[in-house]
Parts: sequence; C-alpha cells; structure tokens
Amino acid sequence: MTRAALQALLSHWVRSPFQLAMLLAGLALATALWSGVQALNTEARTAYATAESLLGGGNAARLTAPAGQIPESEFARLRRAGWDVSPVVEGRMAMGQTRVTVLGIEPLTAPAGGTSEELVAPDVTDFLAGLGFAHPQTLDEIGPRALDLRPSQAVPVGTVLMDIAQAQALLDKVGFITHLTLAPVQRDGLTPLATLAPDLRLTPPEDGADLAGLTDSFHLNLTAFGLLAFAVGLFIVHSAVGLAFEQRRTMFRTLRALGVPLRHLALLLAAELALFAVLAGVAGLALGYLMAASLLPDVAATLRGLYGAPVPGALQFNPAWAAAGMAMTLAGTALAGAQALWQLWRLPVLAPAQPRAWAHAGMRSLRLQGGVAVVLAITAVILAQTGGGLVTGFALLAAALLAAALIMPLVLAGALALGQALARGPVAQWFWADSRQNLPRLSLALMALLLALATNIGVGTMVSSFRTTFIGWLDLRLVAEVTVTPRTPSEASALQDFLQDHADAVLPTQRMDARLAGQPGQIYAMKDHATFRDSWPLLDAVPQVWDRLAAGEGVLINEQLFRRAGLRPGTAMLDLPELGGVPVLGVYPDYGNPRAQAIIGQDLFRATWPETPISQFALRSETPQALIAVIQDEFGLPSGQITDQAQAKALSMSIFERTFMITGALNVLTLSIAGIALFAALVTLSGMRLVQLAPLWALGLTTRRLAALELARALVLAGLTLLFALPVGLMLAQILLAVINVQAFGWRLPLQLFPADWARLALWAGLAVLAAAVPPAYRLWRYGPNQLLRVFAHEK
Amino acid sequence: MKNKPYSPIVGRIAALFLLMITATQGHAQGFAGLGTTADGFAVPERGRALDFPQDHGAHPDYRIEWWYLTATLTGDDGHDYGVQWTLFRSALQPGDRAGFASPQIWMGHAGLTTADNHFAAEKFGRGGTGQAGVTLDPFAAYIDDWHMRSRADAGADPYDRLDIRATGPDFAFDLDAQAQGPLVFHGDQGYSVKSFDGQASYYYSQPFYDISGTLHLPDGPVSVTGQGWLDREWSSQPLSDDQQGWDWFSFAFDDGHRMMGFQLRGAQVFTAGTWITPDGAATPLPAGALQFTPLGTERVAGRDVPVRWRVDWPDGGVSVTTEPLNPQAWMDLSVGYWEGPLRFSGSHTGRGYLEMTGY
Repeated sequence: MTRAALQALLSHWVRSPFQLAMLLAGLALATALWSGVQALNTEARTAYATAESLLGGGNAARLTAPAGQIPESEFARLRRAGWDVSPVVEGRMAMGQTRVTVLGIEPLTAPAGGTSEELVAPDVTDFLAGLGFAHPQTLDEIGPRALDLRPSQAVPVGTVLMDIAQAQALLDKVGFITHLTLAPVQRDGLTPLATLAPDLRLTPPEDGADLAGLTDSFHLNLTAFGLLAFAVGLFIVHSAVGLAFEQRRTMFRTLRALGVPLRHLALLLAAELALFAVLAGVAGLALGYLMAASLLPDVAATLRGLYGAPVPGALQFNPAWAAAGMAMTLAGTALAGAQALWQLWRLPVLAPAQPRAWAHAGMRSLRLQGGVAVVLAITAVILAQTGGGLVTGFALLAAALLAAALIMPLVLAGALALGQALARGPVAQWFWADSRQNLPRLSLALMALLLALATNIGVGTMVSSFRTTFIGWLDLRLVAEVTVTPRTPSEASALQDFLQDHADAVLPTQRMDARLAGQPGQIYAMKDHATFRDSWPLLDAVPQVWDRLAAGEGVLINEQLFRRAGLRPGTAMLDLPELGGVPVLGVYPDYGNPRAQAIIGQDLFRATWPETPISQFALRSETPQALIAVIQDEFGLPSGQITDQAQAKALSMSIFERTFMITGALNVLTLSIAGIALFAALVTLSGMRLVQLAPLWALGLTTRRLAALELARALVLAGLTLLFALPVGLMLAQILLAVINVQAFGWRLPLQLFPADWARLALWAGLAVLAAAVPPAYRLWRYGPNQLLRVFAHEK
Repeated sequence: MKNKPYSPIVGRIAALFLLMITATQGHAQGFAGLGTTADGFAVPERGRALDFPQDHGAHPDYRIEWWYLTATLTGDDGHDYGVQWTLFRSALQPGDRAGFASPQIWMGHAGLTTADNHFAAEKFGRGGTGQAGVTLDPFAAYIDDWHMRSRADAGADPYDRLDIRATGPDFAFDLDAQAQGPLVFHGDQGYSVKSFDGQASYYYSQPFYDISGTLHLPDGPVSVTGQGWLDREWSSQPLSDDQQGWDWFSFAFDDGHRMMGFQLRGAQVFTAGTWITPDGAATPLPAGALQFTPLGTERVAGRDVPVRWRVDWPDGGVSVTTEPLNPQAWMDLSVGYWEGPLRFSGSHTGRGYLEMTGY
C-alpha cells in the first residue's frame, strides 16, 4: 500500500516537472546563499584562528618599546634575570612580486603551544639555517624567490615565518627586535619588570591582534544578508509546497478513501519533502561553495584592507559547514512545509475535491497580518529609541523590514481599491476587481519582491552615500603628494635631513600604541602646517582648534573614539599616558580604521615621548615623480616604501570598492530569487485562473487581450511594490547608516539620495517581473478554444 | 618530580646533543689528515697540548662540548643528596657569529637527587646574544639565570673556585666549589679515545672539589657539604656508528683516590678509565682494563635500567658494587637519561656518580 501511495504522490511531480524544478531551485538557492555566506565567515574565522595560534595563541603578553624596537641585548638581559621571554622581529617588506609581513621567531625560547612550534619542530635545524614557511597563496604571490620557503596552511596569508636571525637581516634590523613575548608562567621571586626594564611597556594578551573581535561586525553583516536571502528562498519553497498540496487535494481524498491512514499519508508527504530537501540541499551546498569561492578573494581583500586580517583567497572545504548548511535546509523545508502538512492533518476525509486557494480566508488573514505588522512597527520604534549594540540594530532592521512586508498587502489592497474606484468601463473594472481578488495568492511573492527591492535600495543608498563621502574625505586626507616609509630609525633621521632640501614640506608621522578611553588605539603627532589647517576634515571642533592643538593644549580624536566614549569637544577630557587628562578639541572622520585614534601637537608629542621614531614622511612637492626618483637614487628604497598620492588613493578606493562588491553580488542574487518567487506564484495562479478567465473569453475577450491584461496586472502589482519599496528602502538605508554602521564601524554618514540608481533598479525589477510574467501569459494566449471550453464541460 | 610536557622544538634541538649517543653524521676520522670533518668541524689530534686558561672556554670549531659538574653531598639534616649542573654546547656550523646569527646552540641541565625524589630542569638558548655562553675573563659558563662562575683569586686557575647556581620550577641550588687538587687529563694527555675505530675527544677533569652550599627544596632550604667533580670535554664526532650509549662512573674513594671509568655499548663494548691518586697523578686505564657488570635492572621511566653495577679493575685490585641513592634518578627532560649519586662497597668504599644513556 505504501508503495502504491508513494507512486501516486510522486506521479504528481512527473506530471508537473516545472513545479518540481521550482521547488528544488528555491530550496537550492536558499541553501546556496545561506551556506555560501557561512562558508565565507567560517573561512575568515579559521584564518583569524591561524593567525592567533601561530605564536602560542592569544595568551602571551608582549613587551614593547615606545621607540618601536628593542635592542636585542635587552632580551639577553631579561633572560639572565630569569624572565622567560622570547624575541620576535616583525616587519613589512617587498618580496618577489608582492609585499609580505616577515615574522622572525626564536624557536629555542618561543613559548610552548603555538602552531609555529609544530611547524618548525621537525626541521628546526633547517629552520635555524634559513628555512622559512608561508601560506601556499603567499608563495604564489611572491613568485620566483631566492629564499628557501616551504608551503604551510598554518601560516597566515601574507606572512613569511622564519628564524629571527634571517628576519633581522632581511628587514635591516640586525641587533633589534620588535617585541618580546612573555611566557604565561614566570618563576616566583624575579626582579619586577618595572624595575628591570622601565622603558619597556607590557601589553596584556587581549590587546593583541584580536581579529575575531574586530571583524565581528563585518561577519554579522554578512550573516544578516545570508539570512535575508534564505528567508526569501523559503518564500518560493512555501508557495511551491502549498501549490503541490492544493493540486493533490483530490488525490489525498482518494487515497484516504482507499484506506491509507492519515498518519501514514502525512509521514509519506514529510518523507517526500525531506527527500527534496536533501537533493536540493546537496545542490545548494555545491552552489554555495562555488559562490563563496568566487566571492572569497574580494572578502579577503576587504578584511585585509579594512582590518589587516590575513584571510586566504582560496576556500577550504569544511565538513562542519556542509552539515550546518544541510541542517538549515531541512529546518527551512520543515518550516515552509509545515502549513501544508497541518492542513492535511485537519482535512476531513470527504472534503470538497475542488482546489481552493489557501489564502482564501482573505480579508481576515490580511487584517491579522496588519495587526502583526503594527506590533512589529511599534517594536521597531521602541528599539530605535532605546537601542544600543549591533544585535539590537539588526533586530530593529528585521522588525522594520518585516513590518513593512506584512503591511504591504493591505497597502496594495488599498491602492487596488482606489484603482477600481477610478476605473471606467467593464473590462477596466474587472481588471481591478480581479487583481484585488488574486492579491492574497500573490502577496507572499510580492513580499519577497518587496524585501529584495527594499534591500537593494537601502544597501545601494548606503554604499553610494559612503562612496560620495569617502571620496571627498580621501581628497582631503591624502593631500601630501608622496609618502615615504623609512626602514630603520637611522634611515628615518637620514631621510629627515635629506628631505628638508628636496621637498616643499616634510610632514613626519610619529605614533605610538596606547589605550584610549579603555580601548586599544594609537596616538599620532601632527606638525603645525598649512596642509592640515587647510584641509584636514573635522566633524566638530572648538574655536581656534589648530592654534590650540599646535600649542599642546588638547587633543583631536577620531569619530570612532568620539562615539564609543562619548567625548564631546569643548567639555570632555581624554586620559593619555604620561600626560593625564587632556581637553578634547575636535573630532575628525577616520573611515576604514577600526581602532580608536588621537592626535596631539608634534611639539607636545616629542617632549613627552622623545624616543619615538618617525614611522613615515608625508611630503609636499610640485614635482612628485622627480622627488620619488631622487629619494630612490639616494636611499635605494624599494618601491613599496614610497607611494605617491594617486597610488594611495587608488589603493584606498580599491579596498572600498571590494568591500561593497560582496553586498552588490548578494543584492543581485536576492533580486533574482524574488523574481523566481514571483514567477512561481504567477505560474501557480495561471493554472487556477483558467476557470476565472474562460467566462471572459466566452464573453468575447480574445486570449491575446487576456494575456496582455495578465501581463499588465503583474507590472502594476510590481510597480506598486516598487513604489512601496522606495520608502522602505530609504528607511533601511537610514537604519544602516545611523544605527548599524555606527555600531559596527564607529562612523556615521549623511544619507544622500540617488534617484538614478532607483531608475536603474526599476528597470531591472521590471525586467525580472516581465521574465516571470511572460511565460504564463504566453501560455494563456496560446490556449485553444477546446481547452477553454473544457472548463465549462467540467462544470467547474 | 613534575612531569611537564616538553616542546617539540626543544626535543629536536636536544636531539642535536644526542650526537654523543647516536652517531649519525659524517665520519669522525680526520679528513685526509686535514683535521676536519666533512662539514668543516675540527677534530681532536693526539699530542696537542691543552692550553689554559683558553681551553677552559668554548671551542666553537668543534661540534660538541660540555662543562659538567656532579656533586655528592650530605645535608645538615644528615641525608645524602646529589647535584648535577651541566652546560652543553652544540654547533650547527663551525665558528661563531654575533647576535642571533650565531650557529652555537646551548643547553643547560640541572638535576637534584634526594633519596625519594629527583628534580630536573633544562634551558635552551643560542649564542651571540649574551643569553647563553662561556666567557673566559672572568670565567663564567651561563644560560639564562643559571651560571658556573669563577671566584678564584687573580693568577690562580679559574677553576680553582667556582660558584654554581641553577633554578628549576620546584628546586634550586647555590654551591661554592673549591678545588683541593690539580686538573687531571684523561687518555693521552687529554686525548681520550672513545672507540676501536679511533674516535676521540679532548677530556680533562677537576675531580677534587670540596663543596658547600644550599639546596632549595619544596620543603625548604637544606645546607649541604660534600665533594664535586667537574668534567670538561669537547669533540666533533666521538662515537662510532654502532655505539648506542654509555655508562659513565666517577668514584671518590674514602682513601682519597679517584677513579673515572666508562663503557660505550655497541657491537663491541669499549671501556676506558683513569686511576687518580690523591695528589692528582693520573694513570689511563686502557680498553678492556675495566669490567662493568650490571646487577639487575629496575623499571625507570618506562624502561629497564641497570641501576646497580659491579665494577672491576683486576690489575688494580678494585672490585666494588654500587648502590644508587635513588634508583629513579631519571632526567626526564627533552633528552632523557639516568644520572644520580651512588655509594659503593667491596674492595673499597666511597661515593660517586653514575650516568647512563641510551636505555
């Protein structure tokens, strides 16, 4: 009996292969988007863990010198005093075709537990003799090389791990180390470090490169996007499952009448759904993997550019990820199919065999939806008022979007009613009335379209607002024509002397790490110069801010620090090491920097931390190319140490563009899913509408006219949805700019409107709707009289 | 004692120091009379007179070297104790360079044995930075905060008086060693043959130390006095391919004589030793003169180790059996071996030290 019942149930799909394809495509796409995003997140997080575990995890404190480097004799001195410290040399340099971070460790004293230990151990004598390790991708980027480098996945991308002696030589830091790592356990009774090495600063473990923490907001963003796409995909599944259920009502009744128990039937249907879920899940995982693999290089570039987080551009397959993706698909299918199964459960044996639209409860369910929408809207308002934190921000976003989606059918119903009131002539009146009647059946698909359109508008507005602001800001920030990065302190002082005579202005950068209002950050020195007075962008400042800064009377802080710590210029004080409380004079935008930052006058900086070396020179020059040539001749600096303004700008812009390329790609995918959802709904409808349309044909309307009317209705509904999506999208953009970005990145951007983008979106949406609506309309046009007449013969 | 996991790096580095017990690289024989191994290390030559104080210091052109002090001590609590302090040097390449580029690797071992406990600790570092090494004027052998420093008067041999210090996670010691006799040269004026193939090392000792100092144990400090023996040895390739390990003994007879004896276990057992009179006159004991007979084994650190021996020198009328202070004196470090104090009886009585490797 099971076999016969199963055969009967499955025969439906053989007869409706298109429906089956729709169901599978919806599930597969939903799975693909969700799992693709998760693959990206997993890959990135694995990379952070790799980076952090390389040197014994994040549990080793560091000793650093304000001067930037420590003489290696300090290492021996501390060891001889009994302290278990190990030296590290770190620096950037050009290697082959690329720039890498060279990380030099001392394996004999390195704290136990790092992955470097496992890596180096089998070949430690070779390592001491010059063997290095790098990620395979880094090796590819370096290209042909003189060094003996071996590939290893344990090394973060962009880093070359080698013995400290070789690293010192390569980085031109012989005799110096960058920092000392302090083993977690030290012997009792040692002379305190404060006495032994008062010049060194102890950095607690958690202040290190906490990449996972820094990038959390970025990944939360991606996850939210993935979840949205998944939800949109489930709309398709829901409508496909619902349709199949409706069409098989007669079959269910017959099977029940033939003696198949209800339990049994429900079980068979659930098994059928599970089978589809598994099939589509596998396809979705494959798709998701491909999508993630093609997006990963951009994501990696973003993470590297924005946070300095090393993420490889090649995706690793992770079984846990696949399992989680499959579980999500099964859960999603269960959710989407629950309603249909529930209806089956309550279906009386001798229920009418006529197909009945599931949303036929009509206005009542619309009103219920409206009620939920109002509750959600109120929740959103409350969240907006009280909100703090990124998760609250996303909750606000979700509540607002859902409220808009749920209220939309009511809005559309109102608009259609208005249309009907204004309509003249029987066909026009029928058109509007019929549209209203069919609205419930299309509303789910239209909601999906609304979400996709609103997301497009919202994210597009955010990105464009960001781009406009960012370009303006870059122009102001990157005024210096050339920047030079010296390799050693001695080279820095030589450069300083040399540049005085060759550049129009020499603006040295000095900086040091410090905790600012409890957060890890940096303090910069700023020279009093017209370049800064004229163009340094400020969001808020006290009067005579530049004079007061030059006089050492206060500090400028970046927007991130201003927002997180609530330090208002004119009233607030910022605690700086050595200096104590310093008045906050102004706030400047600092896009792309995840950390807190403060600027004080150069004179004050040099008086307070005289040992700090110059890390970079910004140079003004009328003839930048000539200046670069002169510096290269004199100092033999590799090209990576000298950048001109155009190069720096291009680099910043490419980081920026790549950041939002991911959102762009996800936007396109969401819109296509919405298009498919609409297509599925229209096809569903067209099968059922024959009954409604046959009388009109009998009254003299040609199938051609009817098909044109069907098309027109799809466009009208889509147009209304787009109109509604516009304010929803702008609301979304406002939430992204004023809540999510502030929480995630620490900066707020002005909302700007880009109507040209909307027009482009309208065009794309129109094309998507046409693509969805033309095939069913075409089928209608092609119906022959016999098919239409059969409607009457069947007495339906 | 505490069993702490050792880092794999340290294990591999320590393996460098195992060249003594597992000969692997190259051939020890001088290279066509040039006095170097295939990879450029110097090899010992018979007849070269040792030169002091220079030869108290490091010989970076030789592959391996050590400064090795053992002491049999008695505490003011009446208990026996044993102490070992060693600084090993192993060169990746001959010669030295400044800073981290130095190819000289240093390893420190410290051991402290009581009747029912054995403590051990180790240190690693490389030369060139001042973290570890040996200086000559004044003499000091050091790694991190461990040291063996000369406190001898000006003009005297630097080894006449030493101050020795080491700390481990759960023990420490501070000792003052004063030599009561001259340096003693093993083999042919310090040229000590180690196999039938002719592998050799430079090897001399200061076996006449009177020692006083303090041991820091988990239960508190103990004042100790006793006797100490310092070994100095360097070479580039002392063992034959088939030699698996050795058993090395130092004996301080109650009548003031000293005796050093060892056997290298391989396809053939190679023995050698030195008989030392109370005034420091040394007689080398040629291969085969000494006989070492294990008297049963004990389970130590998961292996069977012969901790009791009979040592016979028939020609000298010596036949003694040894009894370890603590049979479990295993140096549980990245390179494991047995090292501990003993008492002996039979034809003679006295105290001594035993080192066994390769078990």
